[in-house]
Amino acid sequence: MATLQEKIAKICPAATVAEVDGAPMITVDEAHWHDLAKALRDDEDLSMDYLVTIVGYDHVDTMGCVYYLMSTRHNTNLGVTVAATGDRTQPMLHSVTDLWNIAGLYEREVFDFFGIIFINNPDMRRLFLSIDWKGYPLRKDYDASPNINPVPVDNERQSDFTQSWVEGPDGKVEEKQLEVFGPDDFVVNIGPQHPATHGVLRFRTAVDGETIKKIDVYMGYIHRGIEKLCETQGYPQTLHYLDRMDYFSALNYHHGLCILYERAAGIEISRRAQVIRVMMDELSRIASHCLFMGTFCMDLGATSMLFYTLRVREQILDILERTCGARMTFNYDCVGGVMQDLDANFQHDVKELLKVLPANIKEYNKVFVGNVIAKNRMEGVGVLSREDAISYGVTGPNGRASGWACDIRKWRPYSIYPELQFDEITRTEGDSMARFKVRLAEIEQSARILEQLVDNIPEGEYLVKVPKVLKLPVGQWFQLVEGCRGVFGMHLESDGGTKPARLKFATPSLPAAGVVDHLTRGEKIADLITIGGSMDYIVPDMDR
Amino acid sequence: MYDLSVITDAIHSFLAGFMPSWLTVTVECVLIGVGLLLAYALLALFYIYYERKFCAAIQCRLGPNRVGPWGLLQSFADMFKILIKELISLNNTDKFLFALAPYLVILASMLAFAVLPWGNGLQIIDFNIGIFFLLAVSSIGVLGILLAGWSSNNKFTLIGAMRSGAQMVSYELSISLSVITMVCLAGTMSVGGIVNEQADCWFIFKGHIPAIIAFIIYMIAGTAETNRGPFDLPEAESELTAGYHTEYSGIHFGFFYLAEYLNLFIVAGVASLLFFGGWMPFHVPGWDTFNHIMDYIPSVVWFLGKAIVLSGIIIWFKWTFPRLRIDQVLAMEWKYLMPIGLFNLALMTCCVVFGWHL
Amino acid sequence: MEVTAQGVPYEAFKDNEYIESLVKELQENGTNVVVGSLDKLINWGRSNSLWPLTFATSCCGIEFVSLGAARYDMARFGWEVARSSPRQADFIMVAGTIVHRMAPVLRRLYDQMAEPKYVIATGACAVSGGPFRNSYHVVQGVDQIIPVDVYLPGCPPRPEAMIYAIMQLSRKVKVERFFGGVNRQQKQQEFLREHPVEGVNDKAQFNSETVAEAEKQA
Repeated sequence: MATLQEKIAKICPAATVAEVDGAPMITVDEAHWHDLAKALRDDEDLSMDYLVTIVGYDHVDTMGCVYYLMSTRHNTNLGVTVAATGDRTQPMLHSVTDLWNIAGLYEREVFDFFGIIFINNPDMRRLFLSIDWKGYPLRKDYDASPNINPVPVDNERQSDFTQSWVEGPDGKVEEKQLEVFGPDDFVVNIGPQHPATHGVLRFRTAVDGETIKKIDVYMGYIHRGIEKLCETQGYPQTLHYLDRMDYFSALNYHHGLCILYERAAGIEISRRAQVIRVMMDELSRIASHCLFMGTFCMDLGATSMLFYTLRVREQILDILERTCGARMTFNYDCVGGVMQDLDANFQHDVKELLKVLPANIKEYNKVFVGNVIAKNRMEGVGVLSREDAISYGVTGPNGRASGWACDIRKWRPYSIYPELQFDEITRTEGDSMARFKVRLAEIEQSARILEQLVDNIPEGEYLVKVPKVLKLPVGQWFQLVEGCRGVFGMHLESDGGTKPARLKFATPSLPAAGVVDHLTRGEKIADLITIGGSMDYIVPDMDR
Repeated sequence: MYDLSVITDAIHSFLAGFMPSWLTVTVECVLIGVGLLLAYALLALFYIYYERKFCAAIQCRLGPNRVGPWGLLQSFADMFKILIKELISLNNTDKFLFALAPYLVILASMLAFAVLPWGNGLQIIDFNIGIFFLLAVSSIGVLGILLAGWSSNNKFTLIGAMRSGAQMVSYELSISLSVITMVCLAGTMSVGGIVNEQADCWFIFKGHIPAIIAFIIYMIAGTAETNRGPFDLPEAESELTAGYHTEYSGIHFGFFYLAEYLNLFIVAGVASLLFFGGWMPFHVPGWDTFNHIMDYIPSVVWFLGKAIVLSGIIIWFKWTFPRLRIDQVLAMEWKYLMPIGLFNLALMTCCVVFGWHL
Repeated sequence: MEVTAQGVPYEAFKDNEYIESLVKELQENGTNVVVGSLDKLINWGRSNSLWPLTFATSCCGIEFVSLGAARYDMARFGWEVARSSPRQADFIMVAGTIVHRMAPVLRRLYDQMAEPKYVIATGACAVSGGPFRNSYHVVQGVDQIIPVDVYLPGCPPRPEAMIYAIMQLSRKVKVERFFGGVNRQQKQQEFLREHPVEGVNDKAQFNSETVAEAEKQA
């Protein structure tokens, strides 16, 4: 702490360092922000190369952003709070797109929600909301009246130009327009209703014959305003929205938010509840990876594989259904433990599942991985280097396929993960095949975790007593967990009430979709499907 | 072996008995046309049902089983629906070509029907360049697909049509090469002649190694020619929504849908003609009793049976393999199949010249 | 007239007041024998061959995938021919939340479908906005944009419920009239007239004069 403080003082005397939620939080003014960010990233001892997320905030009198940074080399993390300059009509901050590639998307998101303009970001269009949307929804004074933004019936207006605010050499900021697609580009619109975009994602693709020149990703076709909705609900109620974000990682996300609330409220949960939560996480991880393999193979044209993988998924859903009562939106983890006790046959069912898993994995390998066409379609397609994976913030199995050991269960262990024996699967190829193989291998590791726990579920209460109305003290918290698709971050700001003042979710799908343009340049149209499928993004997860 | 030409000759002489010859020919043409259309529709419906059941079995499912006994009427219901579904006409398209395209595709497969050896004496027209005619008319189909893609004024259909053009023109070469290889063995281009050549033994056994190589090449190229998986790039669901026929609705789409299955049947039928003796029963030289028993099975059953089994293999491909990429499809043809086919043709010529066959 | 769907023996299934009232309305004036039996044949074809459009926005879509998989196997009823092109699909299963930005896209998809076309609003979100009803960006029920034939609640509905919903749709198709009075389609036309979209002439397919007029204007 002391060394960091000295370091920061040396780099930027104007910055102050405080401790928030166990990690340093630097506060800096806007003028010094870009220099500080550059120093944080380039300094040998700090080397903050991974931008976890950018959280916009609106404190009525000030607006600004909290940047969460992590170092993959030193395993340290810190936050930086920067207040925007200018008044509410045009608050401004300097962009850091030149330092972290993913920052471009995150800044667009903040601009969309708060109207904070990022100087020098070449692409300052709205990300989730349409071009004609009035107002910035996450501002505290936003008027959600349906008269201002009625349900549109006409096709969305579209522009081939981006807005951008560029700072000249004299420090003067002026608005500019940049071209996305030229008049000669043959632009094919893929999505939002398209069988291979895994939901309602839209790619505007400039192609030259079959070769892709550029992709412009459009999101927001399933943007449901979950972050704003959370601000109107009590803490336990906010949990339910997580089920509908990444519906395959419902249990993992619930687990994370429960940990966050329990940490903030100082609640200790029983070991039984912890074991149950971890087992549920791993079960849903297997189910999620199974579905990934199925849909991915279907995208490549091998339809039958979907039916083989769904067989295992149905078996897992049966287990989960007997305990949680639902097939998809489980809503099982709650503050203080889990909703109800395990089903009487739970252990037996899990053992049955573990028995059939190896044979199934063998079958998947035989049917698909060993197939010469599959190899040709996947090997060497969409190679993501380790540096790019970190810079684009691509986590989870995608990041690990590029050789970045980014498993939060190992990196920042939570719950009972430190006691468990399992390997973090990493590969070095970084191509679509590696991403597929990592997931296949992770199923085996999840099964290993289940094997260790299934006979060791301790007795005890599954739910500790928590106050009926949960009230959190004033403060800020940040929690990371490993969802099925990668790092899931939650930023909570509490004003001491029963509702969160700001709850921000950093999801793994957003960077995964953001990197598609980078990966597909110069590849074929068919490779876009391979790459998109192998990134395994969930559109409601990125749109929220 | 019962010769079905007895029946056709009887009909002919019956009609010729009281009609002038020009009317006889006209009436016969109409009869054949109606019979062909009926066979065409029934076969297509059967194939749709067949594929749905087949892929259900591969995927551990049941497949259609509610409409009619064992779901047999499912494809009839589909056809009724498709027949009366709205035909959407699009603005800013070439309306004539747009409407013409599905008929071209259907026409190509209909013409190919004419020379298939349905049974002993049940061939509609048997002339000395039958196989050549078959190759020629089956390539009309690609024109229909190109027109469909181009006239729809849609980027997806255009890409699909271009892919289809590149793919079908390329694979036509391999098909022709393997056909020439077998013609070389048969010594005739007449479909009837090719079948009769296999009276003692089917070509796949007669021509051993070169025939087997030709068969494998033919099956791969034939699958590509029918635009079926793993070569279904022109209508790659996950890439181009529905490929070249994205904009077609109602019966126009129905024609593409039927033609796909009919082409499957034609490819399998030609394979059975070239390699498995057409309608010729399974004969082993020297086993006279066995050959006699085989002759009791009607020739139509032999032909349809062989075609259905062979098309089962092509369906099996589709539900097992992932799709290739366009550059891989073309590389496979030009770098592997065609050179092998050329070499195989030379090999077959040697076999024929030196009499190295059964 | 008894309206049944394929292979469903349950008495409970026949209890749908809405369809009973439709049947009554149909039989009020009686039908011509020939036209009536033709109608029956056509409706038999239509109701037994419902091809869905591959359309899913969120969680419900995954249950729709499960519906196609081996355990629930919608292929039994002939619904497995999911078409990706709206031109070739018969019904659209609005599986998932529809947000403001998606609304015009959904409407366009619906307009692109060929008649006869049907809509099933699948899941709480599509029925009413569901858990996201209070959000600034969520359409509170797809019936604000397109006419809905069957509402299917649940979050997400189980695959069994989806089977039930499509069966109800299948029953509804059975009581339609192709020749003469078109009961459901009249309501659909009314809806489309009340919810016009710029550049789309909903009457066009029934009235060739308006097409000619529109062309003249263009």
